Order: sequence, then C-alpha cells, then structure tokens
Amino acid sequence: MTLPEPFRLVAFLVGTLAFVGLNAAYLVWVERKGAARFQRRPGPTEVGPAGLLQPIADALKLLSKQVLVPPDADRILFRVAPILVMSPGLMCLATIPFGEQLAARNLDLGLIMVFAFGSINVMAIMLGGWASRNKYAIISAARIVSQNVAYEIPMLLVVVTLLMSTGTTNLQEIVRQQAGGFWNWNILRLGVNPLMPITFLIFFTCMLAETNRAPFDMAEAESELVAGAFTEYAGMGFGVFFMAEYANVLVGCSLATILFFGGWQSPIGILSGVGWFLLKLYTLIFVVVWVRWTFPRTQFYRLLNLSWEILIPISLVTLALTSVMLKLFGK
Amino acid sequence: MQLERTNIVTEEGHETFVLNLGPQHPATHGVLRVKLTMDGEYITRAEPVPGYIHRMHEKMGENRTWAQFLPNTSRIDYLSAMHYTHAFVSVVEKAAGIEVPPRAEYLRVITSELNRISSHLVWFGAFLLDLGGFTPLLYAFDDREKILDLLEGVTGARLTYCWYRFGGVGNDVEPEFVTGTREFVTYMRPRLDMYRQLVTENVILRKRLEGVGPISADQCRKFGATGPVIRGSGVPYDVRRVEPYSVYPELDFEVAVHPGGDCMARYLVRMEEIAQSLRIVEQALAKLPEGPVLGKAPKTVKLPPGDYTFAVEAARGRFMVRVVSDGKDVPYRVRLRAPSFSNLSLFEETSRGMMLPDALALMGTLDLVIPDIDR
Repeated sequence: MTLPEPFRLVAFLVGTLAFVGLNAAYLVWVERKGAARFQRRPGPTEVGPAGLLQPIADALKLLSKQVLVPPDADRILFRVAPILVMSPGLMCLATIPFGEQLAARNLDLGLIMVFAFGSINVMAIMLGGWASRNKYAIISAARIVSQNVAYEIPMLLVVVTLLMSTGTTNLQEIVRQQAGGFWNWNILRLGVNPLMPITFLIFFTCMLAETNRAPFDMAEAESELVAGAFTEYAGMGFGVFFMAEYANVLVGCSLATILFFGGWQSPIGILSGVGWFLLKLYTLIFVVVWVRWTFPRTQFYRLLNLSWEILIPISLVTLALTSVMLKLFGK
Repeated sequence: MQLERTNIVTEEGHETFVLNLGPQHPATHGVLRVKLTMDGEYITRAEPVPGYIHRMHEKMGENRTWAQFLPNTSRIDYLSAMHYTHAFVSVVEKAAGIEVPPRAEYLRVITSELNRISSHLVWFGAFLLDLGGFTPLLYAFDDREKILDLLEGVTGARLTYCWYRFGGVGNDVEPEFVTGTREFVTYMRPRLDMYRQLVTENVILRKRLEGVGPISADQCRKFGATGPVIRGSGVPYDVRRVEPYSVYPELDFEVAVHPGGDCMARYLVRMEEIAQSLRIVEQALAKLPEGPVLGKAPKTVKLPPGDYTFAVEAARGRFMVRVVSDGKDVPYRVRLRAPSFSNLSLFEETSRGMMLPDALALMGTLDLVIPDIDR
C-alpha cells in the first residue's frame, strides 16, 4: 500500500465508513437469522434470497419516516445524541489494524484512543435519554451511567494487565508480538499470567456490559422500560442508535481479537492475513449473538454487584499476579 | 409523557415521581395500568387501575338465557376457557339436576387439563419474556401448538372453546384425539426436562427469582389469592381437592406446593403443575369409559328459584360462578369470581419498596390475564 497520503486518507475514510455501515446493517441480519435459528424458525426470508435485502428494506422504511421530536425535549441534544452515539464506532475503527498493512492510522496510543472514544457512546445514550424528557428514558439514562462506571474499571484493569506484558499501546505492535502460532496469543501467555483466560472472560463480560448487549441490556430493557433511552426516537433516529449498537459490538470484538487472539496472525504460524482477523472477529460476534438469545436479562443491582464484588477483585488479582510474574521471570 | 412536579416526598426526604406503567406497556400483557409512585427505581406505591377492557359480562348474564351466556364465559380468561365454561355448565347442572354421563366427565377433565397445560405454557413463555429471555417463548408456543391442534380437532376452536354443554359435551371425540393426546403426553415429558435443564437451572434466572417478591400465606388469605400464587406460599389449596368436582376424586395426582413464597416458588409450582396435569390426562385417557357424551337436558333450561355457586380450579386459581335464579329462563344475577382480580390485589402491598424490574418479575408470577381482571 503505497498510495500518496491524500488518496490513502480518502480510501481509508470510505473504507471505514463502508465497513461500519455494512456491518451495522448486516449484523442486524445476522442477529435476526441467528435468533431465528436458536428459536427454530426461519427468520427473514421475504426480501431477497434468504432475506439478504432485509437491512436495505428496513433502512428505507426508517428513512421514510417523519423525524419526530417530542415537544418538551431538548431539541439540540435530542438530535445530537444519535450522531454522537455513532461516532465512537467510526473513530475507533481508524486505529484498528485489520491486517499487516491494513489500518487507517498507526497510532502509538491506539489502545488508549479506543477507550477514550468508547466512553462517548455511553455519554451519547445518556444524553439521548435525558433530552427525551421521558421518565422511562431518564431511568434508562441513570442506569447506563452507573453501569458504565462499574464496568469501565474492571475493563481498564484488564487492559493494564495486558499492557504490562505487551509494553506498548500500539495495536499493530501488540499484534506483531503475538506472531507465530496460537500458543503465542495473549490469551495463552500463561507464563506471564496464568489467569489469562479468566482475564479474557472479564474483558468479554465488560464488553457486553459496555455495549449494552444482553444479558446486560439494562438501558434498553424493553420489558421494563419500553425502549429505555430510545423510547422517544422514531425513524432513523432510532435506526442510528440501533446501528451504533452493532458498530460498538464490532469495535469491542475487534479489540478482543487484537488483544487476546492475535489479530491477523494465523493460529499455525503461516498464511497470516486479514482473513484470520475477520474469522476471529465474526466468531466473537456470533458468541455475542448467541449469549443474547440464550440468557434472560440480569437484575440491575446484581449486575453492579457482579462488577464490584467479583470482576474488580479478580482483575486486581490478575494485575498483581502479572506484576509479580514479570518481576520474577522477566521477559 | 411530561415530568410532573409532585410534592410527594418519601420518609427519607426523596422526591418521588409518578410513572404510568400501562395501559400499553410490554410487561402488563394487555391493557392493565399500574400507577407507580417511584423513588428513583424503587416503588413507594403501586396502584393498579383496572377497567380498560371491562365488558360487563356479569350484566350481560342478566339479559340472555342460560345457554346464550355460555359462550361469554370462555371470553373472560381466554387462556383457560375450558375451566370457565366448566364452572358455568356445572352450576347449571347442579341447580337443574342434570345428569352428566361419565364419558363426558372424563372428556371434560382431559380437555380441561390440556387447557391448563397450554395456559401454563403461555405463562412460561411470556414470563421469561418479561425477564428478557426471548427464546423459551417460541419453544413453549411450539408445544402449545400441539395442544391447540388437538383441541381444535375436537371443539373447532383454538382459544375460546365453548364445547361443554349442559349435561355433557358437544360431540364425541375421534379416536385420533385419544391417540394424539397420548402422543402429546409422551412428547411433553422430555420437553419439561429440557426446560428444567435449560431454564430453571440457569443461574441468571435463579438469581432473579430466588428471594424476590415474597408473599406470605397470610397475605394470600387476606387478599383471596388462589391457584399457583397461594400454592407457591406453601398452602395446598386446590379446588380440585378441597371442593372436588367432576371425576377428579377418581384420579391420582398431587397438588403442587412450594413453601418458598418467592417468585421462584410460584415458578416451580406452575412447572410442576404441567407435570401433574400430564399425569391426570394420562390416567383419564386410560380410564375413559364408553357411552354417550350428552345427558338428558331440557331444550330451554330453567333453574328453580335459588342461589347457586360452583367453583373450579382454573389455570390462575379459583374461578367461581354464583347465579341467582328467580325461575325464569334468564338469570336474575350472575356473579363471576375471577382469580386474576384477587391475585392482582396482592400487588400493591407486596411491590412496595421493590425495584421496578423485580416488581415486574413479581407481576409476571401472578400470571395476570387482563380480561379476567376486568370481566
């Protein structure tokens, strides 16, 4: 890839937008098909072969709807929220390396940037809920803030644990360190931290909670809060929130792939490439879908207890263990 | 919905707000409205506001003949229509002294229990939907479909059956119904095992239900709660055993009781009831006698003047019909004692101080059918 810089920028801008848009649309289809298979029904079949044109039909329907703003809503915040919620997904993908040469930006602070922008997602949902001036939406906004505060901490502790062994926040560098077979992947680096698989589970759980996926979808909780923070959104406003959920799942699973499963590295050490990255990414996304359609929703205070009583202590233990191991055995 | 500025302040000095749960809300399964006074996510007061689907069934009973009122009873609790028509035909039979052939009694028991299973399956799916688990609903409806197909073959209806007649049942069943029901019983038992493994033993579900929404036996008595709600509080009150009717005394089954009183207890009671209903269906099929299915009943029923009651164990609890006759062909008064109404009246007292999702789980275990509340 030796395109001149301006062309490279445009190419990656278009590429990232297209990738997010395509995934947000077609992960909805995957979710619906997956849910249907878990529930022994065919799922979408009408629009196009195997319902493949369904996301386009949905988007057209949502786009053709009137943009409704409740009379008491804060008009500016109400409209800004869907845009804000979509932005972290797009921004974070700029630094995600899909392959050896395939990354929009090779940032040394890539990992930190992902987390910095990741927090905007929560703020945007909170703003949307708050601006709606709907009681259900406000309950949902309050929930999502406390949920996020509880889950950022174990997630960042896990990331700090990883950083201690990688020694860099450059995502490409992190992937390069994991080259040469699946035993070199971070999840199996038991020499650095024997609890690494548990660390991954904590990361994955926190990722589900951060992206508001079941069983932690407290903010939406359609059987309790109608549609939570999105109750007052109609048409594409709702559609963007919906797409943003999948964009965030995409970013979360990409990050898990890079941090724990060796990014584009092949599990057998040869033929590394973008294909492996996508395979790992979509396997993780499938697990996310699987979890959603298998488990009921947890109760809100149990979720917080889970974070404060189990996840944070365990991640602190792994952090301490890793530092001791590194000090004793070095690199 | 606007935020109201209310001056209601809790004892701790927190400002409260009013949240209208319903009449259209996913968790109320119909047009029930609950006016919640909330302190954050905690409920300080829950006031059920029924009446959105009131259809004056009792008043309708006063201006149509006994036979004409019969279809109305299946529209009250649409999920357990068999039990409701059973109560009404039985009160008329009792008052008029109409004999019911044994085959008809057995067929009534078989169809009633199938109806109970299908009702509990709807509850199972809908309740898990309330808890945010989508998938079991589709599995439960798959099983229920088999019952609906069986009952459709017999009664012609899939939901609001009106098959029981004064003196028996409308028509005899085909042999296919008997074999089909036997097949269903053998099919359903492993399914119950699967539900136990996949749903009941799920750790998230257990954490959400165990110890949540405790209802004491005294509270149940105070509000007249019946059915799985009182049995989940450790009281073995089952009309089929306490006030035996039809051929239930000849059948061997256990009353499902759980002493817990929490949501999990009521959940387990209903799941056990499905198993017990399967037992009843199996035995009743084995004992099903030959013979006529409709006894001698007069063309126009006229009850001797008097006051008559009859209760059955419906899927949600004790359903009782009280009719007052002045000797005409039209009832003087029809009173319907619906279980959902009494079960709902528990909600205000038990939900106080609970968090919204827990209260909705509690409401789910009461298994409310809104037309049954409003009648």
